[in-house]
Amino acid sequence: MPVLQGKSLECVRGDRRLFHGIDFTLESGGLMQVQGPNGSGKTSLLRMLCGLALPAQGEILWDGTSIRALKGEYYAAMTYLGHLGGVKDDLTAIENLRVSSALAGVDIDEKQAHDALQHMGLGGRELLPAKVLSQGQRRRVTLARLLVCGTALWILDEPLTALDTAAVKLVRGLMERHLEHGGMIVMTTHQELEIAAGATQQLKLA
Amino acid sequence: MFFWIIRRDLLLAMRRRSDVLTTLFFFIIVVSLFPLGVGPEMNMLRTMAPGVVWVAALLASMLSLGRMFASDHLDGTLEQMLLSPQSLSMLVLGKALAHWLVTGVPLVLMAPVLGIQYDLTGEALLVLTVSLLLGTPVLSLIGAIGAALTLGLRGGGVLVSLLVLPLYIPVLIFGAGAVEASAAGLGAGAHMSLLGAFLLASVVLAPWTAGASLRISME
Repeated sequence: MPVLQGKSLECVRGDRRLFHGIDFTLESGGLMQVQGPNGSGKTSLLRMLCGLALPAQGEILWDGTSIRALKGEYYAAMTYLGHLGGVKDDLTAIENLRVSSALAGVDIDEKQAHDALQHMGLGGRELLPAKVLSQGQRRRVTLARLLVCGTALWILDEPLTALDTAAVKLVRGLMERHLEHGGMIVMTTHQELEIAAGATQQLKLA
Repeated sequence: MFFWIIRRDLLLAMRRRSDVLTTLFFFIIVVSLFPLGVGPEMNMLRTMAPGVVWVAALLASMLSLGRMFASDHLDGTLEQMLLSPQSLSMLVLGKALAHWLVTGVPLVLMAPVLGIQYDLTGEALLVLTVSLLLGTPVLSLIGAIGAALTLGLRGGGVLVSLLVLPLYIPVLIFGAGAVEASAAGLGAGAHMSLLGAFLLASVVLAPWTAGASLRISME
């Protein structure tokens, strides 16, 4: 089973050093919660982990190989949901989900997309353009990608913003099932969230 | 996935028709202003026609460059594209092709109609249209590099024209030159071959360059 490792990661923004000397090892079935106040570099760290940003120092290893070298192979095993959901205003929920899955290398048909959205509580709204959906509903469309992606590592940046309690419960169930099946999750959240995981670790950024 | 991108961008363009129409109307109006301004001097109009149509096509195609990546950047789709297991170059090629289908093809189709205002002969109209058909995809491809480099910058719209217009010059020279050469009886073959060569070179090089620029812009 794959392992995600970070070695003495350092992040510099302008002339400020946000964090340095971050080490961690995340194994199959493990959950890592990244914590810290606003502006402490949580999003920067997650962007590094998914390869969008370069660490000022240190390296990130997936199964012992640097993610810079793996590229496509790593991207195929990873799903990143950022602050911006990647939901297009002019496309319907189904089209949004199908396009983002195709971008992630998984072609899903109308039926699969429909079922995933139904599961996320968007039944009956699949054919509405995303611009008429509320913030929470748009977030659900984004999160529906987790149902169809089939990747081992999830990197989630504040996945719970704008969600109601029912949706939070849904997402928690989704994450627990993923961890049970040997997946890995790296996430940030300001909300209290109890997730049953084989191994939970907390990474505190000062 | 290449086809997914094209399909998606065409679908988005269909749902936002005003964006497409502004480019086309800009082209039509700029081309139509010259005969009105210069007056009905047939010989002069005939000689300036290719240049005017080509310059208008350059400007019209540049008008919509800003939108090529900007909206994807704003809503986070671009992050997904950079994290896609498929090659980023193919993806950029798909986006450039969609951009051409939406902005370039209408210009090509409109050009022969607008050429009538300049009293161009049938043959000259044909050469003009074919040269635009070969040249406008180059504009979209080179434009993709500029759009990727200026992504997220303030005043990116002005910057993109400063970056991209100089690179359009060879296409302009040989595109407009093709019509003049054929009118002078030299045949447009050489100019067309060069335009074709530009097209092939930009199909190979531009997506790769634009992909690299996107990665830099997103860091």
